[in-house]
Amino acid sequence: MITAARNYLVFLRRCARIAFVGDWRYYTWMGVLTVVALFGLNAYAKQFAHGLIVTGMSDEVSWGVYIANFTFLVGVAAAAVMMVIPVYIYDNEELHDLVIFGELLAVAAIIMCLMFVTVDLGRPDRFWHLIPGIGQFNFPASMLSWDVIVLNGYLLLNVHICGYLLYSRYRGVKPGKWFYIPFVFVAIFWAVSIHTVTAFLYVGLGGRPFWNSSIVGPRFLASAFTAGPALIILALQVIRRVTHYHITDKALLTLRAIVQVSMLINVFLLVNEVFKEFYSGNLHVISSRYLFLGLHGHHALVPWIWSAITLNLIAMVILVLPLSRSLKYLNVACVLSIVGIWIEKGMGLVIPGFIPTPLGAVVEYTPSLNETLVCFGIWAFGLLCYTIFLRMSVPILQGRLAKANEGISEPGPDDVVEDTPAPSHS
Amino acid sequence: MPPTVPTDPLAAAAADAGMSRRSFLRTSAVLATGLAAVAASLKPLFEMEDITSAEQFMQKYYKELTPEDMKKVLARVEREVEKQYGIRPHVRDLKPMDGVEFAYALNLSRCIGCRKCVHACVAENNQSRNPEIQYIRVLKMPHGTFDVEKGDHYYATEKVPEKGFFYMPIQCQQCHNPPCVKVCPVHATWQETDGITVIDYDWCIGCRYCEAACPYWARRFNFTKPSIPADRINPNMSYLGNRPRRQGVMEKCHFCVQRTRDGRYPACLEVCPTGSRKFGNILDPESEISQILRTKRVFMQLKEDVGTNPRFFYYFDV
Repeated sequence: MITAARNYLVFLRRCARIAFVGDWRYYTWMGVLTVVALFGLNAYAKQFAHGLIVTGMSDEVSWGVYIANFTFLVGVAAAAVMMVIPVYIYDNEELHDLVIFGELLAVAAIIMCLMFVTVDLGRPDRFWHLIPGIGQFNFPASMLSWDVIVLNGYLLLNVHICGYLLYSRYRGVKPGKWFYIPFVFVAIFWAVSIHTVTAFLYVGLGGRPFWNSSIVGPRFLASAFTAGPALIILALQVIRRVTHYHITDKALLTLRAIVQVSMLINVFLLVNEVFKEFYSGNLHVISSRYLFLGLHGHHALVPWIWSAITLNLIAMVILVLPLSRSLKYLNVACVLSIVGIWIEKGMGLVIPGFIPTPLGAVVEYTPSLNETLVCFGIWAFGLLCYTIFLRMSVPILQGRLAKANEGISEPGPDDVVEDTPAPSHS
Repeated sequence: MPPTVPTDPLAAAAADAGMSRRSFLRTSAVLATGLAAVAASLKPLFEMEDITSAEQFMQKYYKELTPEDMKKVLARVEREVEKQYGIRPHVRDLKPMDGVEFAYALNLSRCIGCRKCVHACVAENNQSRNPEIQYIRVLKMPHGTFDVEKGDHYYATEKVPEKGFFYMPIQCQQCHNPPCVKVCPVHATWQETDGITVIDYDWCIGCRYCEAACPYWARRFNFTKPSIPADRINPNMSYLGNRPRRQGVMEKCHFCVQRTRDGRYPACLEVCPTGSRKFGNILDPESEISQILRTKRVFMQLKEDVGTNPRFFYYFDV
């Protein structure tokens, strides 16, 4: 028992140490992220001291980019299952060793989600009121309490799955199926639940017709399963380039198929929504009118939503054409869909729900500089986490960081990057 | 390329020792710089005016306070108000009365849109003056519609009423099915037996989900520390009512619990020069409000279609 604990501590210590070791590119990347994260921390300290008045939010538009980023990132986290399903249900070999990168991305995304919700609180010092047992947890009535459960649960599930698989690999033993396969299957359903619950957060509000629509949930999933795997496609290529971890083009193209189908569904659902809103001429269409066309001389969101739609349509065309079997074009399509969907979820979903107010006042919203810095800070911190996770897991998966070589060699900067340029896979 | 593992164990050990001394120095330097950078980033925290005391942090949930606890909490609130504004307030925890359920009725034929109710409310309920928080919003509505989207929120004519318009004041509707209560993740807002939906300002975490849920835009958030001139403080306070709020919490109309649970009318009613506002106990068949709801041919609830079933009615002189 004591030896096991000691071994585990050694494992953690070696992982922690390796996070601080890398080549100059690693240090530059981590240094930049740290600086941005610290700017974010500084901006948050200002907000903590003076209140949410330092943001662009108001009583009219009471949620802004914090909740928009939160919503987007829940989708990214949920999308990890799109790698898990092919591997564990369809036994896809190509993706097998890559699943863990998707799950680590989910962990980083959930960490960012939790940070985005925390910075949105007016009284973060009272977070303990949410803890069941010592606080007052309004479960099951409040969808926010469901969200607290599913997000934290999803975080634990993924931390367990990744941690267990990596530690097994480190010790050079075969992972016990019962210790992770059941969790993997739970995580698949759980991933769908995190995004569904987050959609229900909006859908459940009868006083906001723009959100109170059953298509919001399906649209959330479709857009998440587009943007998430797109992000993973890009991340995998970065990993391949800087670590020489073996990632085949075939694996990337499997993910392409997922992005392709999800994007088609996403655009189809958008068409459904736009038709329903505009054809019927119902008065509840007012928020959509503001979003797509502008209202009473206010058009702040119009350029945003049309650029999102344009980006998504271009991405869809590229993805459907055989052109995107070339990684160059696939990458373009991935970037376009990520940006397009980010705008659609943020500026296109959260903000227009508040405009006009339930009493018909049109008050527009623009994020403040301080608010934007906080967002960048959280993104930088999330990327920092993901980079550290990868810095630890890649050598473990490659067998360079293992119990067998404890005390003999720590994978240093020299064997992280070889002098030969990364082979071109395109 | 396979990883390069040192083959000679002695050389490896020597390299390891050298590495660790150097890396120790490097790690210490990195850690020191890091800590200094974090401390520098956190500097704005020193500008904070309203620091949470241990007593405030540990404050229990309203419904879990024993009468003993409540006494201490009320004393703390009085102390805090006195320290901040130099006025000794009288803070009570007024409970709902048995056999009482409040309702409000507003006569749209009479209201002239003077907004006296808006300002009387701000003065009575110790709302922040900068930025100013108002619980009542008066809409100037063109004849022939009930669509609030056609209303004007910001009318500033020299004289009211104007021809061709009617005026519709909107405040918390004290719903039977309040969406705000349902969505609150921490039970910081609830409906009391007399029908008033209240907020425990010391329990609210400031997530603003209730503000998104309210179909009447009745809830307000303290985006910064409220500021009230000391000579404007209303010292007659109640715990769930008009005691001063802190930064980062929600507030809204509570039918002036500090008055109405003490046998008085809400401030908005008292100030109304046209007698458009009626308030009372609907469980008492003889009350004015019961008579209005019984005898007026037309009265309505705002946004009946959202199923909130308000205790706030609009009626007409017909």
